[in-house]
Amino acid sequence: MSLVTLGTAAISPELAIQLALALPLLGALLIALAGRWPNLREAVTLLTACGLFALVVRVLLALLDGVPPRVELVEMLPGLALVLHTEPLSILFALLASGLWIVTSVYSIGYMRGNEENRQTRFYVCFAIALCGAMGVAFAANLLTLFVFYEVLTLSTWPLVTHKGDQAAERGGRTYLLVLMSTSIGLLLPAILWTYAVAGTTDFRAGGILAGQIGPIAATLLLLLYLFGVGKAAVMPVHRWLPAAMVAPTPVSALLHAVAVVKAGVFTLAKVVIYVFGTGFLAQVPAASVAIYLAGFTVVAASVVALRQQNLKRLLAYSTIAQLGYVVMATMALTAYAEIGAAMHMVAHAFGKITLFFCAGAIYVAARKTELGQLDGIARRMPWTMTAFAIGALTMIGVPPTGGFVSKWLIVAGAFQRESWFMLAVLVISTALNAAYFLPIVFRAFLLPERSPPPREHGEAPWPMVAALSLTALLSLLLFFFNQPLLALAYALVGGRP
Amino acid sequence: MSGLGVGVYLVIVFLMMAGMYGVIARGNLVKKLVGLSIFQSSVFFLYICIGFVDGAAAPILTEGVQRYSNPLTSVLILTAIVVGVATTALGLALVVRIRQAFGSVEEDEIHAMDPTL
Amino acid sequence: MSTWQAHLPALVVLAPLLAAPLSLLGRGTRWPWLVVSAAAWLSLAASVLLLRQVLDDGPLRYFVGGWEPPWGIELAVDPLNALLLVLVTLLASVTLVYAGTSVAREIGHARAPLFYAVLSLLVTGLLGIAVTGDAFNVFVFLEISSLATYTLIAMGRDRRALTASFQYLIMGTIGATFYLIGIGFLYAMTGTLNMADLAERLPELNHTRTVRTAFAFIVTGICLKLAVFPLHLWLPNAYSFAPSTVSVLVAATSTKVALYLLIRMLFTVFGVQFAFVHEPTGNILVALALVGILSCSLVAIGQRDIKRLLAYSSVAQIGYMVLGIGMVSVTGLTAALLHMFNHALIKGALFMALGAVAYQLRGTGREQMAGLARRMPWTFWAFVLGGLSLVGVPLTVGFISKWYLILAAIEQGWWPVVAVIVVASLLALVYIGRVVQSGWFDEPPPGKPEEAPLAMLLPMWALVLANIYFGIDARLTVGVAERAAAMLFALSP
Repeated sequence: MSLVTLGTAAISPELAIQLALALPLLGALLIALAGRWPNLREAVTLLTACGLFALVVRVLLALLDGVPPRVELVEMLPGLALVLHTEPLSILFALLASGLWIVTSVYSIGYMRGNEENRQTRFYVCFAIALCGAMGVAFAANLLTLFVFYEVLTLSTWPLVTHKGDQAAERGGRTYLLVLMSTSIGLLLPAILWTYAVAGTTDFRAGGILAGQIGPIAATLLLLLYLFGVGKAAVMPVHRWLPAAMVAPTPVSALLHAVAVVKAGVFTLAKVVIYVFGTGFLAQVPAASVAIYLAGFTVVAASVVALRQQNLKRLLAYSTIAQLGYVVMATMALTAYAEIGAAMHMVAHAFGKITLFFCAGAIYVAARKTELGQLDGIARRMPWTMTAFAIGALTMIGVPPTGGFVSKWLIVAGAFQRESWFMLAVLVISTALNAAYFLPIVFRAFLLPERSPPPREHGEAPWPMVAALSLTALLSLLLFFFNQPLLALAYALVGGRP
Repeated sequence: MSGLGVGVYLVIVFLMMAGMYGVIARGNLVKKLVGLSIFQSSVFFLYICIGFVDGAAAPILTEGVQRYSNPLTSVLILTAIVVGVATTALGLALVVRIRQAFGSVEEDEIHAMDPTL
Repeated sequence: MSTWQAHLPALVVLAPLLAAPLSLLGRGTRWPWLVVSAAAWLSLAASVLLLRQVLDDGPLRYFVGGWEPPWGIELAVDPLNALLLVLVTLLASVTLVYAGTSVAREIGHARAPLFYAVLSLLVTGLLGIAVTGDAFNVFVFLEISSLATYTLIAMGRDRRALTASFQYLIMGTIGATFYLIGIGFLYAMTGTLNMADLAERLPELNHTRTVRTAFAFIVTGICLKLAVFPLHLWLPNAYSFAPSTVSVLVAATSTKVALYLLIRMLFTVFGVQFAFVHEPTGNILVALALVGILSCSLVAIGQRDIKRLLAYSSVAQIGYMVLGIGMVSVTGLTAALLHMFNHALIKGALFMALGAVAYQLRGTGREQMAGLARRMPWTFWAFVLGGLSLVGVPLTVGFISKWYLILAAIEQGWWPVVAVIVVASLLALVYIGRVVQSGWFDEPPPGKPEEAPLAMLLPMWALVLANIYFGIDARLTVGVAERAAAMLFALSP
């Protein structure tokens, strides 16, 4: 307790929030310098990750105390500055990203060394820079700041996606970059500028900045620009980058595409809905309804495509697209429960998906297997991994005792609040589809005998990887039982009223 | 302007168009330069004609003369002529070097040798 | 104000002018380079002082030789051309640091002194155009800079540099002569050549056919120099085959000065009323700009020589600037002026990177760029950052320009224009991305070249860092651009 008090006294919230961006960058530099000594390098990564988490906690404490920090970094254009602030949603995202960075770093060490990957220093450096981007997105106080760090996130993750350096990686990286940059430059930037031209500011404010400034049709068009402009939210048809990014090493897929990058996408949409448009204003225009249909379509379509996938990582990718659709749909529902559910699902999905990706990576490192058909009976050799996989799968489906159940419950409640039969139908159908493609994997892994003996004997993956995936599976379970603090934060998002 | 009339301007326009024609339609590099020179000289004419004042003397200070033609335009044209001379000289120097490098001063032959042009 | 400070406008032009013959007096290649560089840095210092003075005290007028207009020639400095002076002298100074190494290899010791002398004359011409307030004086300096450019381009290694220079000579002279015709008509109607005087006397003569013809000739002539589509045909060849140093300087400065001249003529001399309301200049400029932007961005994608690719890219970027002018709004003009400054930084850095590649690898084709990330990492990363700036990624100057340009289009409600700007940015992503991808992934051809020498890397990275610095804190550039734009509109007859 005294350490906390000491830390709280030593670092002010303003300093903490700035350090939250600076520390990953500093870490990146140190990692680059320590490149020749792998153990030192890994230690730097871990220390930076822990330090970052501590800083975010510091900011959280300030928020809970009622004195959230607001810091202006630099005035970029006359009248428009890069500003950082915090509020319930942003601290949620920041905690998620920074906390899971620690876990992923542990996992990465196991993976990279187990696979004897090359260019490891570049990997860890880009990871750190990407986290800086994620922090910037999380703490952005206006659209300009968010856009800047959004692009930083895209660019810093490209070397990670193309890490393997072969033809497939080049192709995947090209799709990744093209789709994300096209949407951000082509749709998101005009949307931001339109907002600025209409409202005179790009600040995130409670109640939004657009109420009364823009007519219903224009608001619908603007919302659609944002919906497709934020390519990281993977609403169809701008979802193509996500499966393409599966050429990346699994730690990259795990953190960035299950947690940081896609979460940045849905986070941005949520911020835009709540703080730029304002839920009150949006409720009066038809814009949000259109978005719900588009998101709902994404959920079902992605689930159907997932059914047909044979490659494990691709299946997980399409599952992510569907799960993101949940969050987008819930965000656009505009009711209190739905917003809370969206925030909770960000967390629940993060824990579940990262577990699943960690398991996929463990299977690859230990057994060199990537296709579903190869996984029969693998639970005998990798019990820990497959148990964790089962928990992750249950989270995706949304059954107790996993965190996925809590968020799904809230989203369903939100759908009832809105009286949207469409949403309910989507939720029911997709739950069934989720079960249809996840449960067979689990059953076959545990219950069926192995098709053929593996090329070489293997057990579990290296211990750092197993430790990481066990931890995240545990978190998934814990979310079901101990979700009060998180719920409280989420409630604050909608003004504390249930 | 009554003494000169519109005719002068017609001459100027004719020279201008003849020069432009030479530049555009002729494939020989030297002929292009000739066209360019003609084009430029039409402009010189234009300026000098602008400076002419009907019934006035040449712009040289003389006892008892009250009205002079405008000397400014002639001065401007001197500058322009110098520029024109320099341009033509540079152009011709380039033509000589092109001849050395390509062996021809015909535009289509040069194009044939190097399709990127 | 001390006496020498009063002569700053003249000093800016005089320094490089005198340096040209002076540089030929010594022996070897060190002396010319030193003299010309010193003159450039001196001009830079003078320009910065001028900018500070103009921002504090307002526009200033300088009478050459003490002769007042309309008898004498006047130099007029306001925030717009003060910024341009700083830009040109800054780029000239930085390029000259770079030139020391590049010229030695590409031009050779025999002709290097002449190269530097002519380069100094080029700088003189550009600065003269920027600073003068007399319309005919513009022609004189325009031709000085043009003749110098023709000479410099012809010094390229490839024999096609000669034909490129010749083509540019023909087209450039036609353009300058058009301008001269226009000035002649204006003189015939108003009796003055001084820009401020012309601005006063023209409004009552605006309806006459002579003035309207003059306007058409002047604008067309300048557009030829500015390489506005479809008068841009000389540019790709000229930029590709010129020596690396020349490409850097010319790409970064000549077209910017031509743009300045266009703005000066349209806004200050002829006035917004005449130029944009009576005549459909705005619409024509916008239409041509849009076509130029799209077509040249598309053509750039397929180019095999990267210098040529960047040349086509430059025409597209000039299209952006002209688009900003054609919008006839303060935001649009601000965007155009901003991009004038920013693009100079971007292209300067990119061409310097290419020059380094040419220096070590003797070429700038796609084969040379393959695997560059491993062979010449510092150069490669300079190219990447410059490329990102060209695309308009945040934290670079390119983003600032894009921001204002799109904002200006949205303010007018011109959504198709927004679409064009955005599509062109994505096309830029494609053509830059292909080169970067090749540099990153492809196997380099055999050979172990070294990284470019420090004397080339330092100026290259100075420009790259300027790109980033002014992309993060754009208050100075935007502030001056906005101020200049507002002033141009306010003082327009």
